[in-house]
Order: sequence, then C-alpha cells, then structure tokens
Amino acid sequence: MEVGQMQRQWMGYMKSLFMEGFLDGQFLQLQQLQDENNPEFVVEVVSLFFEDSERILKDLSFAVDQQSVDFKKIDAHVHQFKGSSASIGAQRVKNACIAFRNFCEEQNIDACRSCLQQVKQEYIHVKNKLETLLRLEQQIVAAGGSIPMMEWN
Amino acid sequence: MKLSHNNKVSMPTSTSTSPLNSGDNFISDQFPAGLRVLVVDDDPTCLMILERMLRFCLYEVTKCKRAEVALSLLRENKNGFDIVLSDVHMPDMDGFKLLEHIGLEMDLPVIMMSADDGKNVVMKGVTHGACDYLIKPVRIEALKNIWQHVVRKRTNKWKDVKQSGGLDERDREKKVSSDADYSSSANEGKSSSKKRRDEEDETDERDDSSTSKKPRVVWSIELHQQFMAVVNQLGLDKAVPKKIMEMMNVPGLTRENVASHLQKYRLYLRRLSGVSQQQSNLNNPFMNPQESIFGATPINGIDLQTLSTSGHLSPQNLAKLQAAGLFSSENSKLRFGEGQLQHMSSIKPTNFLHGIPINMEPKQFANFHQSAQSFSSTNTRVNASSPKRSPWLMQMAQSQPRGHMLNENINSHTTRFPSSSMQPTGPNGISVNSFPLRCTPGSSSSSSKGAFHAEATSGIKESGGFSYDIFNELHQKSNNWCLANTGLSYDASQHANPLQGSIDVSPPILGNGGFHSIQQTRQNRDGMSQGSLQNVGQHLNTPFFDNSLRVKSERILDTNSEINPFSDQFSQEDLMSAFLNQVGSSFPLTLNIYVSLVFLYRQINLFIFLFSQHEGIGPLENEFDFDGYSLDNIPVYNRSC
Repeated sequence: MEVGQMQRQWMGYMKSLFMEGFLDGQFLQLQQLQDENNPEFVVEVVSLFFEDSERILKDLSFAVDQQSVDFKKIDAHVHQFKGSSASIGAQRVKNACIAFRNFCEEQNIDACRSCLQQVKQEYIHVKNKLETLLRLEQQIVAAGGSIPMMEWN
Repeated sequence: MKLSHNNKVSMPTSTSTSPLNSGDNFISDQFPAGLRVLVVDDDPTCLMILERMLRFCLYEVTKCKRAEVALSLLRENKNGFDIVLSDVHMPDMDGFKLLEHIGLEMDLPVIMMSADDGKNVVMKGVTHGACDYLIKPVRIEALKNIWQHVVRKRTNKWKDVKQSGGLDERDREKKVSSDADYSSSANEGKSSSKKRRDEEDETDERDDSSTSKKPRVVWSIELHQQFMAVVNQLGLDKAVPKKIMEMMNVPGLTRENVASHLQKYRLYLRRLSGVSQQQSNLNNPFMNPQESIFGATPINGIDLQTLSTSGHLSPQNLAKLQAAGLFSSENSKLRFGEGQLQHMSSIKPTNFLHGIPINMEPKQFANFHQSAQSFSSTNTRVNASSPKRSPWLMQMAQSQPRGHMLNENINSHTTRFPSSSMQPTGPNGISVNSFPLRCTPGSSSSSSKGAFHAEATSGIKESGGFSYDIFNELHQKSNNWCLANTGLSYDASQHANPLQGSIDVSPPILGNGGFHSIQQTRQNRDGMSQGSLQNVGQHLNTPFFDNSLRVKSERILDTNSEINPFSDQFSQEDLMSAFLNQVGSSFPLTLNIYVSLVFLYRQINLFIFLFSQHEGIGPLENEFDFDGYSLDNIPVYNRSC
C-alpha cells in the first residue's frame, strides 16, 4: 500500500472512532502535541495508559470481589481511571467510569460489579482500536509519510 | 541569553544583557516562556500528558508523582519554582493539604486539577487558597494561561509590601509599570521584559522576593525575637531593614517584610511612650502596695519614669515598681501606653519572662501559674512554635500544672491564628490559656469582649482561680474590664486573679462589681495573650485600684459599658486601701504574681503585635485597639477616683 492510501485509511479510521465515540477531542490534542521533536509521543502515552489501566482494573476486580467491599477504595480507583481515560480521550471508557462512580456512591455492589464489567469491556474495545490506529501510523511513518493532522470541529 | 527549555523553541533572545536572564524567572522576550512549573499527579498517564503540554507552552517543567516528593522539592529549592499544578486526589497526601503546605511555606500559586468537577470540590479549592481549578482532561489552552497567576500573585505582593510601607520608590515604580504592563493581554516583549528587568534589578535587595515569595511573613514569636535581638544589636536608631534582614538571615524574609515590621514596631514603641503621657488617671494608690515590694529595679515593660513624671505614678509607686525589676521598660511603656497591652507583648517577650522571679508561694503561685498559663497558652496559641515559650512561662507552667483555665476561652477566641498549631500548651503540656485574647483585630469587641469576659471569667474561676477572696469577690462583681494601663498596680494577690483579672479583674477588695481588665478585652481582641502576665497584671491592677486600672480604656469602656461603673464607684483611695488590707499579708507573693502577670501580659502583647502583623491588620494602631479603637481612646478607668 502506498503512503497516500495508508494516510487516507488512517483518516477514515480516525473519523469512525470519533463518530462511534471511542475517542474524543482530547485525543486530537495529544496528536497535536506530537511533532518532529517528540515523534513518539502518542505511542508513549497510549502505552502508558494501557499499562496503568491494566493495573487499575486488576485492583478494581480485587476490591469488588472482596467479602466486605470498600466502596471508598473502589471509588478512588474508578476516579483515577476516569481521569486517565479522559486525559487520553477514551470517551466511552470515561463514561462507563462515571456510571460506575454513581453506583459506588449508592453502595450498590451488584451494580458495581456489572459496571466493572462494562468498564472492562469498553477498555478492551478502545485498546484494540488504538492499537490498530497506531499500527497504521507506524506503517505510514515507515513508508516515509507523515501522519495527517486532524481537526476536531 | 537563555532560550526556552522547550526543544521546539528557537526564539531569539535579544535582551541578553539584562540580569533578567538569570534563569530564575521568565525569559524576558519570551514571557511567559520559562515559567518554572512543578506538576504533581499520581496518575502517570496524566502526568506525562501534562508535562508534554507544559513543555509545549515553553514552560520549564518538573514532574512529580507524589506530594511528599513535591514538597521536599519545593523546600529544597525555595526559589526554584514559579507555580505548582497539583491533582486533588492523591494516595499519599490530599491535594488540598499539599496546597495548604505550599501556601504556608512557600506561598506559591497553586492550581488544582481533577476529573472531579463537583461544586464542592471546586469550592474546597477556593477556600484552601488555590489560584485556579482545572477540570480534567486538561486542555493545553488552559495551561497556556497559567502564567497569569504568577504575575497576579507578584503584583499583589508588591501591593501588600507597598501598603505596609516597605516599598521604596523603585518598588512603587516597578509596581506601576508592572500593572500597566500586564493590563494588556500580550505579555511578551517589552512589558514583560521591563517588569523582569525591574524585578531583577532588585534582586540584590530582594533575593528572595524575585520569585513569588510570601507577601506576608508570619511574624512568629521566634521570628520576632530574632528581629528584636537584631534591632537591639544594631540600635533602634541605626536599625535599617536591609541590615536587619541580613543579620536575621531568615530564608524567605524580604527586606520589605522587615521594613514593614520595623515600622510597626517603631510605631508601637512610639505609642507606648506617648501613651504614658496620656495617662491621667494612673493612680498612685495602686502603686502603694507595690512600693515596699518593688525595689529600684525598673519594672519590665513599665516606663516608671514616664509614669512618674506624667503624674501617673507616685514616687513611691515608682520606686516600688522599679524595685520589682520585673518589667522591662518597654513593657511598662506598653502598659501605660493607652493600655496597649498588645504592644507590650511585642517587646521582647522573652526578656521579661526571664526576669520574673518565680518565688511565689505554692498556692498563690498555682493560681498565678494558672493565669500565667493562660497567658502563655495564648502565646502558644498565637505562636505556632510553642517550644520557645518564654522560659518564665515555662517555669510557671511547670511549677503548677493546673488545669487549662482559659484554654477553652482562648481556643474559642483565637480564631485568627493562621498557623495550625494553635494549641495553648505550656512547656509541660499544660495548655495555658493566656489571657483570653481574641484574635479579632478590629472587631468591635464590646459584645465579643463581654462574651469573652464571661468565658474567661468562668474559665479562670474554674481553673482554680486565685485563692484570694478579694479576687473572687471582685471577680464576681466586676464585669468591667479595666485596662490596667500601668499594670503596675498589680498586686501579688491580684495576680492570683490574673486570669480572672484579665478577664474580670475586679477584685472584691475594691468592691467594684464591674471591674474588668480592659486589657483582657483588648487582648482578647487580638486573640493574643502573650503577655498574659502582663495582661493579668494589668487586670488585677485595675480592679484593685481605680487608678491602676487605668487602662486607657476610654474605648474599652465604650465598648464594654460595664467597665465604667466600677471606676465611678470607687475612689482610688478606697480601692487601694481595701486592696491593701486584703493583700497586705501576702504582699511578697502578690508581687511575684504581679510580675508574672506582667510577663504574661507582655507575651500577650507581643503576640498581638505579631499577630496583627501577620493578620495584616493595618497599622500598628490597630494592634492594641480595643475594638479597633486607637489606644488613645481607651477610657481611663479611674474616673471617679
């Protein structure tokens, strides 16, 4: 595939991600922060996000499975996850976290458990999408092209 | 010329010659580039993104995962940062706590961030003093403008310094130019470089202030003592802010801080000496009992000579007071000076504390101790650094660990203390409630005073008040607070009631019901009770002697209507004799008590003095103003006598 084609593919993919709500404007900000001096910025941040998320989700699963559930702790975890996903631009994950927090407040353990599942699902979704996107970017750069700048209207 | 730290930046820097480019502050032409930001966030993703964004804005970024690390970084490099960005929810320390620490220790602008956009949290940020609150995800546009908080803080700081009289022409000009410069949104180029240049020009004098330093220095007891030591060393006439600052060698203390403090101190002294002239009602009678007690040594804090010459003190009283040798002249000045109790405290609290002979009989001492404790507690309260309590107070506290008499009172009243460690505790852990000083500068304290009075009264009583019946009776009767301008007339027995006296120094002896130490009221006003002793002494004096209670309490009387009655009822002679009769036998003890009280009073005054400064209570006048009245207005208690 030649560069132009790859770039168009990339752009189409990006658009769909936005349309489907997987990503929001924040991701574009990250894109803009990347430049010739920081060519790997987005990759680095996303990788960091993945790492961090795995850790949080593990902690969350552990906390939710406890005999006596510590809602405060769960809420703290979810809050952090909400923050990092929002910073990355993972919109659906963020929204799932918001719902999760509401149930934490209500101390509804069943709802919390199902929310956790939902958050996990959304995370896995966006992870796959982002990996695909970044792979495309890699290919474009490897082929000598540059990643197009997208504007969020 | 230093370029911005961002690797993308390649702006030319033409103003390379100015001292601006010290790297400490902004780069002149590229302002706000180079702004030194410390970002604290436990979320690694957010932290990385923020760092990148800040670098994108050409700021110099240091990132930190933990609040503790951030604090130590800030402490190590006092001038190393211009602004701090902190997350609210962090595992090791609450973001607001960090905010408080930074505000207290470094006074840097702090911006809080959180994914939490609830009103409560944002409000918390506001109340804790955050400059701004950003909702995550933080956009780069929001970060581009954070420099405004740095500029604003510095501008306000100049304003503060200016108002406190510490600014010199240069500062003023600089401020003016800065204000003008920053009125426009474009802060690059000339205006910023001009400001930077001006600031940098001052670096030799304000090496600490070139970066955002605290606009207000907390003049703690220790700091003030240091200040006093240096001033005395230099000599009051020769003491100039710059020298004082250099000799004090306190990090973070600017010349302006010292200058404003020095000015206040000078005003305070002036007032003390001036006030004594106004004491028209200082009675001799109240001095009489002291005569035999006091030797020729000058009484601490009491300008005996002044008093004497001004007709306030009879020669015998003067001698007595002098014999006491307990009060520093400063204190006396304070005392007489319109009952500027507070002023007294500001004068070398440690000095008079040391001088107080602690040789009271156990019982009385205990009483006195309590009162002293009350004073010292106030002191401690005001002064965050308790360990430095005057040694005297320490002794007092240790000798008779009594209950915390006025703790409750004081605690309830000392609301203005900024420091968090306002615990009136003596060295031995006894929370001494110093005079129920109220840290309510300028507050119309008639009501508050009255209230406080009541509290203090009860507190004192409960704490095992004085054994003297006189006091008790007086205490009960007197509801007025009489500022013991002189404090000299503090009889030992009366000391027993210092606490009471301070609160309600209307010793039964005098038979006046409403004898209240105006001092107390005043002190309460300030919430400082450093010289609780003094206060007490004053208080005691007043109740017993119409004359002695002269607290220039015109105002106090105004505010506390009860004060007046007493003076009207009894003539000085009556009171004096009554008092003397009662306390005659316990004279030596009373003297001790008196001395102790005087010391306490001084402490309180010092606190008030310091505190007022800390609180930024305007000019000195306010420090000892009862209800915001100038000392001159304090009505003299001894009216009818």
